Amino acid sequence: MRMLINVPETVVADALRGMAAAHPELTVDVENRVVARRDAPVAGQVALVSGGGSGHEPLHGGFVGPGMLSAACPGEVFTSPVPDQMVRAAAAVDSGAGVLFVVKNYTGDVLNFDMAAELAEDEGIRVAKVLVNDDVAVTDSLYTAGRRGTGATLFVEKIAGAAAREGRPLEQVEALARRVNDSSRSFGVALSAVTTPAKGSPTFDLPSGELELGIGIHGEPGRERRPMMTSGEIAEAAVDAVLTDLVPRNPVLVLVNGMGATPLLELYGFNAEVQRVLGERGVAVARTLVGNYVTSLDMAGASVTLCEIDEELLGLWDAPVSTPGLRWGM
Amino acid sequence: MLDADFFRRWMTATTALVDREAERLTALDSPIGDADHGSNLQRGFTAVSAALGKDAPATPGAVLVLAGRQLISTVGGASGPLYGTLLRRTGKALGDSGEVSKEQLAEALRAGVEAVRTLGGAAPGDKTMVDALVPAVEALGDSFAAARTAAVEGAEATTPLQARKGRASYLGERSIGHQDPGATSAALIFVALEETAGE
Repeated sequence: MRMLINVPETVVADALRGMAAAHPELTVDVENRVVARRDAPVAGQVALVSGGGSGHEPLHGGFVGPGMLSAACPGEVFTSPVPDQMVRAAAAVDSGAGVLFVVKNYTGDVLNFDMAAELAEDEGIRVAKVLVNDDVAVTDSLYTAGRRGTGATLFVEKIAGAAAREGRPLEQVEALARRVNDSSRSFGVALSAVTTPAKGSPTFDLPSGELELGIGIHGEPGRERRPMMTSGEIAEAAVDAVLTDLVPRNPVLVLVNGMGATPLLELYGFNAEVQRVLGERGVAVARTLVGNYVTSLDMAGASVTLCEIDEELLGLWDAPVSTPGLRWGM
Repeated sequence: MLDADFFRRWMTATTALVDREAERLTALDSPIGDADHGSNLQRGFTAVSAALGKDAPATPGAVLVLAGRQLISTVGGASGPLYGTLLRRTGKALGDSGEVSKEQLAEALRAGVEAVRTLGGAAPGDKTMVDALVPAVEALGDSFAAARTAAVEGAEATTPLQARKGRASYLGERSIGHQDPGATSAALIFVALEETAGE
């Protein structure tokens, strides 16, 4: 396996040093692993802090900036960050208006953010948490760790970030974030397995000519393996999986998300098929975003996320944002 | 009786075992997880050994509390809070006596395992570290060797189970047929405990 790295042990630190050099508008603490807005804390605004394992870039550090996150905590590759990072981030960006933790639903992320919330509250910081769990490939029951957080994380961070920028109070920002998550569902497909720097070989064996349906973003295999399908067939499988769980009566936001190694040419072609299927199923599309946003290192494949919206959420989605990974209107 | 030095040697022995078994733990974590369990625990226990080398906590309880804090601050993932809580709660349950008996250690570990179960929400049979911890702590009443055997057998017995907690649970039935990496690493703690006691 060829990787553009020095040694596996320093991939996260190396990436943070590079990020610091490319983005002077951010404060990148390489040693303590916190990426924050340089102008934080912003007076009168709720701060948004997220974080998770590395390997999903631009999520989360690439979404730090006006209109989205105040700070992000990158963990080791595919490993939740530690509570110390989150407390440090919260203290750095809290203006006194409180901090919203955006947490993807994985056992590790939940445990570490829970511990961090307790510690931050001990330091006098008001903390609210929203859990993102949009992946319909996982049955949400007492017998699983619950649905995974995937593509909807981008919707939650963008829309809650816009609400925070308007100066809305913590309770409202939290409620909006929860509403976005509750209105979102995702489904992902892998055409190749992931190679983590630490392991150096694919995490599972996926012969060419086969694909995995219902994958997550950590190189774990999906729920089902099938012979290779066309873009149109994959779009039908993904959209229909989402629609079994979300019956939108209002227009939706669409995220056609690349997993890291699928070219934009293929992603746009896939989006054409996704839009066709949505049209056939009678789902109206308000806005569409296509690109690599919530990735899984070098995995080939894509995920589809739908979020049912109203006028308020659409206004917040369209509001200006300026981050390394997402930028419009400013 | 077991003193602070015994507990330091126990943690050092665990670090050595985790180093030796890291590749195997990561290999077990590949088909049903994300292929990093070995390197994550290695990072954590290396920090534990470094901290115990710098500080010399005077009591068994203080050794485990310090070790637990190091794991929480360095491992991340689910393993960090879970292993950190196991050692920290066990340490707290030992109180501030300078020496403890094997029976007191078993009792304290019972409190530590209970805290892990509360935090992670896992019960025996869910294919997690709990499947090694629970039988090991029960068997510790007999002997260190019995605890080691029970832990290793508990880990091996996770192979036919379907995972109901943690990342392997996303795989549903496809998690069957693989030994759980968390139960396997949990057993290492009891292997190290027997090695330390048998020195």
